[in-house]
Amino acid sequence: MTNDEIIERTNAAIAEEFELEMNDMVPSASFKDDLGLDSLDAVDMVIVLEQEFGIKIGKDPKILRIRQLSDLHSYVIDKKNAILN
Amino acid sequence: MQLRRVVITGLGAVSPFGQGTERLFQALHDGESAVRYVAELETIRGLGPHLAGLVPDIDIKDVPRKIRRTMSPMSVYALLAAQEALAQANVDQQLRTGGRVGIALGSTVGSVETMEQFFDDFLKDRSIEGIKSMLFFKIMGHSCAANVAQTLGIAGRTLAPSAACATGCQAVGLGYEAIALGKQDIMLCGGADEFHPLTVATFDIIQAASTNFNDRPQCTPRPFDRDRDGIVCSEGAGILLLESLDSARARGAVILAEISGFASTSDASSIANPDPKPVQRCMELALAEAGLKAADIDYVNAHATGTIQGDEAESRAIGDLFGANTPVSSLKGHMGHAMAASGALELIACVKMLHAGKIIPTRNLDNPAMECSAVALPQQIENKDLRTIIKNNFALGGVNCAIVLRRFFE
Repeated sequence: MTNDEIIERTNAAIAEEFELEMNDMVPSASFKDDLGLDSLDAVDMVIVLEQEFGIKIGKDPKILRIRQLSDLHSYVIDKKNAILN
Repeated sequence: MQLRRVVITGLGAVSPFGQGTERLFQALHDGESAVRYVAELETIRGLGPHLAGLVPDIDIKDVPRKIRRTMSPMSVYALLAAQEALAQANVDQQLRTGGRVGIALGSTVGSVETMEQFFDDFLKDRSIEGIKSMLFFKIMGHSCAANVAQTLGIAGRTLAPSAACATGCQAVGLGYEAIALGKQDIMLCGGADEFHPLTVATFDIIQAASTNFNDRPQCTPRPFDRDRDGIVCSEGAGILLLESLDSARARGAVILAEISGFASTSDASSIANPDPKPVQRCMELALAEAGLKAADIDYVNAHATGTIQGDEAESRAIGDLFGANTPVSSLKGHMGHAMAASGALELIACVKMLHAGKIIPTRNLDNPAMECSAVALPQQIENKDLRTIIKNNFALGGVNCAIVLRRFFE
């Protein structure tokens, strides 16, 4: 899976779960201010991504530092690469 | 004991007939049935009833996701009903959120469908790792009350009585008492429930559900009828906006009716089979609180669900207290039994009957049963100058409620 494919699948999964427009899924989008998501949504986002990519995130403290979509893209790409390596 | 007079200034309904109190009353007036064949029920092994009254034409996605994410359908129904009641009562945002308004709203249980989702996932490997954060908010016992209070910014008390089928009237009673005691000026009161096959199963297991009319859905339930064979489950939400008379006057609100008595009692003789004497006692207490005699009541809106034992016990209690001339009817022949919503939806219909001067007869009452014949059971719409109505609402668990409603006079 290429990085672009990971980004595309991340965006699609989150847009579907939280009923967001794909046009709004730009890398600089803030989860809180632009996409309107909160801490409860973050819990569900972890589950959606775990199921989408078959990865384990759980209560990883790194997830708490994610503020915008590009942060999440990098996080998921790193996770996938870690599995491959 | 009544310290402050309590009136009704708003009504809201989501019923098996659709959204709105106008639709509800028109369907009742026209003698419609909301009972339909539900294919899903036939897929459940051992389940006898294949019928239900389901809420049509509501797209829950009309409620924004941020609000809806913690709501199962029953909370959506309750929210829509509450919004209708608030609009009719002309309660603006400042009043709604200022602390003078509270809510008393219950359901029989939290969302069974959501519980099913949870256990379906959990029992695979006894893991919670895939459980989403919103499930609890749909399962908790006060899900409807909390969700509606959150959405509407209610700052007064949030009460969530759960007394199975008597929840609707018990919630109205609690709201009435909160206002009478001066604790709140306005209370949004009522009940809500959503359909789930296991609700039907509950009544089928105890042999209280209708199973003989699966091929003729609109012929059941049949309260007080010779051929009645049990209840038909339905769903919805009914909300009554109760207000102190002083508050309503100060706001210039239109007063729809007055609640002048409420009683809730326990029948400890059985958890499942009602006894006429405690039912009668409950109605007597409500009358006493209203300062009325039995002869003052113009119409009894029965709980009668169409069960063999329940209808007989209630008709005997009504007959003993009110005699053979006071008209009695049940609205469950039209819309089935909406569980926690039933008492509130039927009370709303009573307010409408009070205004229309019409008594809606019991649908499917073709041959009044001998054992129910101690009371007057109209079989056609009766025009009557209605001033005072008593509404019954009972539940498994031995919970009885009665509310006295009267036309408002200064």
